[in-house]
Amino acid sequence: MKATLIPQISFGLMNARFRQTLIAAIGVTFSIAMFVTLLSFMNGLNGLLDDLILNRSPHIRLFKDIRPAGNQPIYNTEKYKNDYHMVSSIKPGDSRKEIYDSGAILQALKADDRVLGVAPKVAAQVFYNIGPIEMTGVVNGIDVNEEKRLFFFNNYVTAGEADALQNVANSIILGKGAADKMLAKIGDIIQVTSGNGEQFSLKVVGLFQSGLAEIDKVQSYASIRTTQKLLGKPNNYLTDIQIKLKDINSAPIVAKEYAALFNCDAEDIQTANAQFETGSSVRTLISYAVGITLLIVSGFGIYNILNMMIYEKMDTIAILKATGFSGTDVKRIFIVIALSIGFFGGMAGLLVGYTLSAIIDRIPFVTAALPTIDTYPIDYNAKYYIIATIFSLVTTYLAGFFPARKASKTDPVIIIRGK
Amino acid sequence: MEKNIVLEARSIEKYFTDPAPFKVLDNINFKIQQGEFVSVSGKSGCGKSTLLYILSTMDTDYKGELWIGGEAMKTKSEKELAHVRNAHIGFVFQFHYLLNEFDVLRNVILPGFKLDKLTQKQLEEKAMFHLGQLGIANLANKMANQISGGEKQRVAIARALINDPLIIMGDEPTGNLDKKNGEIVFDIFEKLSHEAKQSLLIVTHDEEFAKRTDRTIIMEDGRIING
Repeated sequence: MKATLIPQISFGLMNARFRQTLIAAIGVTFSIAMFVTLLSFMNGLNGLLDDLILNRSPHIRLFKDIRPAGNQPIYNTEKYKNDYHMVSSIKPGDSRKEIYDSGAILQALKADDRVLGVAPKVAAQVFYNIGPIEMTGVVNGIDVNEEKRLFFFNNYVTAGEADALQNVANSIILGKGAADKMLAKIGDIIQVTSGNGEQFSLKVVGLFQSGLAEIDKVQSYASIRTTQKLLGKPNNYLTDIQIKLKDINSAPIVAKEYAALFNCDAEDIQTANAQFETGSSVRTLISYAVGITLLIVSGFGIYNILNMMIYEKMDTIAILKATGFSGTDVKRIFIVIALSIGFFGGMAGLLVGYTLSAIIDRIPFVTAALPTIDTYPIDYNAKYYIIATIFSLVTTYLAGFFPARKASKTDPVIIIRGK
Repeated sequence: MEKNIVLEARSIEKYFTDPAPFKVLDNINFKIQQGEFVSVSGKSGCGKSTLLYILSTMDTDYKGELWIGGEAMKTKSEKELAHVRNAHIGFVFQFHYLLNEFDVLRNVILPGFKLDKLTQKQLEEKAMFHLGQLGIANLANKMANQISGGEKQRVAIARALINDPLIIMGDEPTGNLDKKNGEIVFDIFEKLSHEAKQSLLIVTHDEEFAKRTDRTIIMEDGRIING
């Protein structure tokens, strides 16, 4: 038998029922297009929201947590060695908030080839003075160059220049929310009071907008040196060391290693943002569920149409069988019909899906919360197109399989005699 | 010595079990030789169509043996039987069963494609030859549902001939045609039998038709009563 014979007959049958076939194919097209668009859009949004956190979060953060001493004196007393120790009301001692021997740690980290970059930070609790009102805030002392390189700092500086922090002495970049409350503009001088009661005058050189309004009301940025002066600390005083790794997935392991090595606390990004990961994966799950439901519904459409076609084509099936086509041949004919509907409908669906994604990608999307975004985000990942193609073929195959099997088992004698 | 035997039935029996057990065919024995024009005739319900479907290998639910072209059919698989039908049996039904989705030429050559012994060009030439012989060469490119009943039946005959079958079987091939067209179809059968030495087995209840064939098998209540 010629390999092209089965497809020829299949196409003949489809041609004779062109409109029905077209409707079935449009069903597939629609569902594939929706699947691709939905997933591209949803994952575009996911990516955007992930970036919001991930871009600005260190993979590992080294810091010194406030906690009571792990080794209380009674544990070491020979006399009570074999007893239970119950110490109530333990309080942390006046331990240092800075990372001990930060210079050496920075050097060690820079030499580690798993590390992409290191950005030291000093966090200082302050009060912003607005006339008689005091408002709590946090001034982050940062290394501007590293912060720009690793955490895209300049993307979030919406007015002024990030570099001004290094070039202008005693300068500050205020959070947008804080600046609005203080009625501060670029070039203004604002007053802040440090934790130990000293007042400082700082010049506003920029405004900062993170996309999270609560943060913008509190946080502001200054150079490390300025912040150390605010706190009255020497220039090796660092409260945080932010590390970006080459491989984000190794963060939990490396964090443990550093915690032991540098005798400080180390928090990895996965632990710090666990709830965020959950949100992303649930959103992805929902969009897949909706997309796959669409495909299954179109599968039922194909099933119906093929079933109807088989009832209509009983005569044809009987003649084919009487003239020497086996049950398998008949089955193949209908499977080819189903797969062609799936294939051509699916291909058209990919095109429509791509077009819809491209249109969404051009719709303006301006929001104060996301300063770097001006159109809706779309993730043009080939993965969705591949999944959609495979799924369209699988569902149409299954939708065709059962009607085709019924056709293959049809007894030609009953049909021919039944007239 | 006997001439070539193309088809032989040996004590074929068949039962219908629904609604009650009932013996439709009882001890059917006969042979058809190369070039013979045989008709099976009998009253409606005597089992002649049932017999034909067993002989055509489409109905496999029977007792006894069936030999076609020297091969036993009883042990063959569904696929092998399909091949037997394709290669050795040409079918002409009472109702002109053509594939309405295709044109006349395509209808004729489809079984040839399935057999895959000849190229498309050779098949088309052969189909045109048969259509010419049957006087309908001018219809080759018409769709199957655009031609008349008599013409359809002639197309069906051309289709039956395309793979040079051992035997052509017909189930009331003239039953649904008017006198004139029935006559044409009969003449074609006669010509095939006498000139091309084509074996034919035609089931009919038309006694006129049956009388004019070489040999008539008359059936009554599932038995052969003469022949």
